[in-house]
Order: sequence, then C-alpha cells, then structure tokens
Amino acid sequence: MSMMPDQPGTWLHPTADGLYCGPGGFHIDPARPVERAVVTHGHSDHARPGHGAVLATPETVAIMKVRYGADAAGRFETLDYGVTTRIGDASVRLVPAGHILGSAQVVVEWRGVRAVVSGDYKRAPDPTCAPFEPVACDVFVTEATFALPVFRAVPAEREIGRLLRSLSDEPGRTHLVGVYGLGKCQRLIALLRHAGYDRTIHLHGALAPLCALYEELGVALGPLARVAPDGGRAGLPGEIVLAPPSALADRWSRRFTDPVTAFASGWMAIRGRARQRGVELPLVISDHADWTGLVRTALETGADEVWVTHGRDDALVHELGKHGVAARALALVGFDDEGD
Amino acid sequence: MRAFARLIDDLGRARSRNRKLEILARYFASTPDPDRGWALAALTDGLPPRMPLRRLLADLMAERVDPLLYELSRDFVGDTAETVALLWPDDGRDCDQSPALGQVVDRLRGAGPREHAAILAGLLDAVAAPERYAFLKLVGGAPRVGVSARLTRQALADAFARDIREIEEVWHALAPPYGALFDWLGGSGARPETANLPVFRPLMLANPIDDEDFAALVPGEIAAEWKWDGIRVQIAATRGDARLYSRTGDDISAAFPEIRSAFAGAEVVLDGELLVVRDGAVAPFNALQQRLNRRTVAPRLLRDSPAHVRLYDLLLDGREDLRALPLSVRRERLVAWHSARRPPLSDLSPLVPFDSLDALRRIWSSTRAAGIEGLMLKRMASPYLAGRPKGHWWKWKRAAQTLDCVLMYAVRGSGKRASYYSDYTFGVWRPGEGEARELVPVGKAYSGFTDAELEALDAWVRAHTTERFGPVRRVAPGLVLEIAFDALYASSRHKSGLAMRFPRVHRIRWDKPAAEADSLETAQALSGDSVEPRPAAGQTGHPLS
Repeated sequence: MSMMPDQPGTWLHPTADGLYCGPGGFHIDPARPVERAVVTHGHSDHARPGHGAVLATPETVAIMKVRYGADAAGRFETLDYGVTTRIGDASVRLVPAGHILGSAQVVVEWRGVRAVVSGDYKRAPDPTCAPFEPVACDVFVTEATFALPVFRAVPAEREIGRLLRSLSDEPGRTHLVGVYGLGKCQRLIALLRHAGYDRTIHLHGALAPLCALYEELGVALGPLARVAPDGGRAGLPGEIVLAPPSALADRWSRRFTDPVTAFASGWMAIRGRARQRGVELPLVISDHADWTGLVRTALETGADEVWVTHGRDDALVHELGKHGVAARALALVGFDDEGD
Repeated sequence: MRAFARLIDDLGRARSRNRKLEILARYFASTPDPDRGWALAALTDGLPPRMPLRRLLADLMAERVDPLLYELSRDFVGDTAETVALLWPDDGRDCDQSPALGQVVDRLRGAGPREHAAILAGLLDAVAAPERYAFLKLVGGAPRVGVSARLTRQALADAFARDIREIEEVWHALAPPYGALFDWLGGSGARPETANLPVFRPLMLANPIDDEDFAALVPGEIAAEWKWDGIRVQIAATRGDARLYSRTGDDISAAFPEIRSAFAGAEVVLDGELLVVRDGAVAPFNALQQRLNRRTVAPRLLRDSPAHVRLYDLLLDGREDLRALPLSVRRERLVAWHSARRPPLSDLSPLVPFDSLDALRRIWSSTRAAGIEGLMLKRMASPYLAGRPKGHWWKWKRAAQTLDCVLMYAVRGSGKRASYYSDYTFGVWRPGEGEARELVPVGKAYSGFTDAELEALDAWVRAHTTERFGPVRRVAPGLVLEIAFDALYASSRHKSGLAMRFPRVHRIRWDKPAAEADSLETAQALSGDSVEPRPAAGQTGHPLS
C-alpha cells in the first residue's frame, strides 16, 4: 500500500494515556483509565483495570477478569481472531501475536490506511498460544524489549533439556524456577509436558489461578499442586517448583531443600542478569521476539513507517533505517521495560 | 573447549565454596591432559601468551558488526568478552565439534603477535557462543569466576585425595600444563623435584589462645613476640632467584621488587611479617594494602610506601631444612644468619621478655596503648609444622573495642543467606541541622550472630523498612547493635571520616533505645591510638620502655 494524504500520525498518535485512534475514539493498551480501550494481551502493563469499555480477545478478557475481577471495566467486549468490527469510523481486527494465550495484534484501518499495533509478540513456537501471523500494513507499531543483536533466540526445548538434566544430576535438590505468572509459567509447564515430564509440578500459590484458567481455556497442563501457604518446611527434593521471580530470594524459598534457583526469561542470555538475581540455572526462554525476529517482522510487513513503543528503541530504529524504513521511537510511558 | 566452557559457566553460577570445589574437582578428575593443565593455568597464574585482546577484538568486530549496534550492545551487556561471544556472527550452531583446549592453546602459543588476530577469528568462527565466551576469558587473563588460586589447589587436592600442603610445596616448581603434577597426583609419576627452586613451603599458623591454654603456659618455655599488623609472608631465595609468597602461597614478588632484590643471592627460606615502614616507623595497614595486588609498582609508590620484612623464623638455611628443629634452635640460627648477611629492608621481630604469666598479661594489656595488635606466643620446643597444629603457637590479640551503633541499612546475603538480610550497615549519632541529630554510617558487619539471631534480625529489618534501593533496605533507626572491632582509623573515604577494622556484631541490644547509642565524638576518641606512630623498626624489648 502507498501512503495516503492522511498521515497516520494524525489519526493514530501517542498521547499521555497511550496510543490513541481519533476516528475510532479508542486507546490501545492505555496506561491510565480511559473511556474506551482495545487491549492486546493480559500482561499488567498492557491490560489495566478501570476503563469504561474494553475490547479484546475472549482469552484476554477472561484473564483480565481473573486478575482484576469481573468489574475491572465498565463493559467487556470480546472479538475473536480474524473478525473485523467497526469502532467509530475505524475498522478493527485482532490477529494472533504469539506472545501469550489470547495475545493479539490490533489491525486498525481508516480511509484505506492500515496500521498494525503488535503489542508484545514472538515468532518462536509456543504450545500455549496461536502463532504470530504477519499482516501487511503501512504503519507497524512494535515493541523492542530485546532489540539488541546480542539477543538471539535459542530453542526453548534445549533449555527445558538443561532443566531436566540438572534435575537428574542433582536429585536431592528442589528445582525452584522463577517464572512470570501469566504466559511464561504455563508455557514452561507445557514444554515440560511435551518433553515427557509427567510428575506433579508444584506451584507458588500466586500462580495457581491463571494455571486453572489456562486449563479451562483448553491448555492442558497435567498434574499440578499448590505449595502449602503456611511457613512449614516443604522439602520437595528433586521436584520442580514454579514461583514468581520475586519469591526466589524471599523467605518463602527457605522451605525447600537446598534449592537450585532457576529463572526462565530472555534476560538470562546475559550473565550479569543471572548473577544479579543469584540465579544458578538460567533458562533462556523468552516470550518476545529476538533481534532477528524484530527486524525481519518489521520488514516483512512492508510498512513504510515503524513506530517503536518500548524497549531498546535506538538499536532497532538504527537498523531499520539502514533498510530504508522510516522508524521512530514513540517513547510511550507505562510499559514495563523488563517485561518477559 | 566444551568441557572448559561448561566449567566456566558452572563456576560463574555456583553460589557456595563447596559447590565450586565439587565442580573443579570433578573437572580435574575427569578431563584429560593437557586440557586440564591449561585450565588449571587459566584459573591460577594466567595463560600464555598475553595479547592486546581489547584492541584485537575491536578490530575484528569492526569488520563484522555495525559499530553503533556493537557499542549499544557492549553498553548493555557491560562486558566485552560476553558481548563479542554473543554478537559474533554464526548460523545459530550448537557446535558438536569444538577444538580441544590443548589444541587451542597450542595454536596460540605457536603463533607470532601478527598472527593472533587471524587465529582468534578462526577459533571464534569454529565454536558457539558459550565456548566463545570461555575462550575469550581464557585468553583475556583472569576469568573472574570467583575462584582463587588457593581454592583451585584445594580442589586439586580433593580430586586426588591429597593434602593441599603437599601440592603447595611443589606448586611453584611447576609450569603449565602441569603434566608432571597430574602424573604424580594420578600415581603414575614421581613427586616433582623442588630442590634448588625458590618454592613455597606451607606456613605454620597460630591458634587463638583461650583461658585454658593460657593457664597451661610455662614461662621460660615460651617465646613471646609482638603481633605485627602487616601480612604474613615467606621469602624463598635460591642463588638464582628470590620470591615473596603470601600465606596462601600466592607469588606476590612482582608487587614488592625491593624485597626481592634485598634477598637476591641468598639461599634461604624465611618467615616474617611484611610491613610498610616510613622513617623507621611502621605505617598503618592501609599503606600496605595499597601496595598489594599489583603486577608492577610505580616508582612513587615505592618511594612513599617502602616495604620492610620483620623476620621471625628460618625454615631452610642453604640446603639445610631446619623445620624439624625446635624454635629455640631455629631462632639462634635466624639471628646468626641475619647478623652475618644483613639484608637491607629487614630486621628481626624481637622477643618480648617476661618472667611470669602475670607479667605477660600486663604486657598484653599495654598493647592497645602502644598501637600493637597483640602478642604471639610460641613454644620454644615447637618444630615448624605446616598448617595450624594445636599446642605450639598462639595469637593473643589485644582486646576488642566496642561501640553501640544504630542499624541503618541491610542487604541480603549470598549463598545460603540469599533470602536473609544479613549484611548490616550501622551508624552513630552526630549533630544535624538545628537541634536534631543524624546518623552517619561508621561500618558494616555480617558476622558475630547466631542463626537464631539472624532470623530475628531479618524479621526486624523486614518489619522496619522505610525505603528500598534495589537490594538495599533502609530501616527506621530503632535497633542498637553493639559492634566489636579491632580498630578505628581516620579515613577520608568514608562520610564519617572513620574506617573500622574487623567489625562484627558483638551483641544485639534489643533493650537499648536508639537515642542512647554512641556518638561520632565517642567514636573519634576511640580512633586516637591508630594514628599515633607505631613502634620504630628495629626497636627491641617492650615498646613502652
């Protein structure tokens, strides 16, 4: 598509509350409560409570209700992947982003100009969500969480293999794995099941509700058990226990047997990050596109303009510029730079 | 290269000393020669050849990677070797065939400086990211994986069920890749020959004295010396070479060239205290500290902080091993050797005469006022035994001083203490704005309490946190810690103007209101003795006489 007289910056533009579509009268992933929001996925820096109306995939709406309660928005509307709807003068369609269950790219069109707001996305396969689908567009809005060439995806299966090998090398020690509660947790469980690990996987209490929701939404996770909430010594030598990252170095972790502290995150590719967190077994498993994925995807969309929402925008803007793409940083506030 | 890469990875992540020992021991026991020998060299004394790695890598990267992307990446990662390892172009390989460590080292050693860049590039091309990282750490000198040379030797002892002292005794007679060492350890070779070489002999260490030991001392059978506030060293000289070793057997000769030349040409092994002596007086420990851990010494530092050795024992005189002889005889031989030879920058640690235990106790009580660390007590009959044998030598440190301080900040520990706030910064009161007083930090401590007390301190910190900065918690000023320490020194590097030596938590004063803790003024008064001149070099007898 060619550029229309209507510059996209005039009908879709960043505001203090987030990206705003004028003709549609809605924000995408707003940082503050707004009248009408379209939400790409359930992570808390993208999906926030308190909006008048929220449009999202059925899975994302379900996640928001579990996290924030059924009254988290004045009104929830669901939109299945691939279905086009109209909001005001704009048309809106949600397309899988491959980031977590229910995650979507928002395809917005107005007067023949198409913008794709991809939210957070990855190109690597993930058994817990639909794969990313590239959509040709005029403006591609992208994240840049791992936008440095030092970030190169490694197959998640290989990292799972390292976890299982450590488990058999150190059968007397609890394997305590830090995971973000939404997405990473369930993906890690699913990957373990695919690798043939069928023992009970133990969960920190904070992870249980979203695992239950994933199961309800059709993602089988196998036998799970909650670690008892009281302060007793749980032991669990030789078992896998999943916990939110903040619990790894918390008093909670003292109940396990000489734990091997693991952490599943794209940041674990950097040794210093693992060291800072005292991680003994870093697992490089990311729910974001790596450097190659970010660059390739932006070029694949054929967009003349690429806007970068959050992360290491300077490197990505520079690289796309070399490919003749006008890229710029939006410097939107409110996104978690560490998100993974 | 693969096994070495895994070794570097595992060591970098291991959280306890025991875990590191296990990892190293397993590696040494299971890796073939010469790879394990080169790894041993890389972890202890560094690997030949040295090359200007930073410049070589900058050139190689400039040909391969967009300079801006390289710079942004380096800034983010914070380590050149790691950045290059991650950025080096490859096809995402998971290399099954990487060259053996021995081959890598051979290729580098056989090459001239002009060939280094091409060889470096060829090796980086041949392996995957983890091996690239390990390889760059290998050629870059110290791999900084939290492993000391001493720990590495301990692991070697563990792997082959030997006493570390046996290994230390031959260590400096060996060279990479240590084939003779592994042959000997594995039982297929003879013990490496150490005669005629300035090798390290394991030191004899003293035990802290307790009441029972003290009561059993017989004056007349015991030699007393001042306990000097320097570092313990061994001088090992053969006709060809003189070397200076730390108590753990690290060769520190390069940092103290003047001592090395003072003993050049002698044939002797001596035990003594390394000090900085200015105008005949011992300088504060701080002055010596500035001279440690250097590969070369600037002339100015040599002039301003000249080193000196105060000798107290003689292990080998010529080729004669005196270690089995009693201290009384070794002392006579030491005095005779020193007066005949008179090496510069050295003197003898004088014996402190006493005729009764009461007199000894009085002398000990005077040490703080004299700026002396305490006393060393040695049985005259004691042979020189490696390690810390019981019943021969004792150290009797001067009594600790204490201050009531207020807990200000806490940081989580590491290893087993990773979930506990176990490292404490504490302060004392000083006048603030107007009528108010404020706390100023005077030191940090992470020992001196029981596990049960740690639980209680941890809970207190969590319940009284007022602010967090990353891993640090600021707490409300409400808990008094009675801190014991060896000395307080004037220091311009600290906000309070004071630095504490060997602080530890003596008691937790749950009962004491924070407002009644000590003031900076009180602390400054305690620091008085440490800035006064120390006893002069060469002084004999009681420092007060």
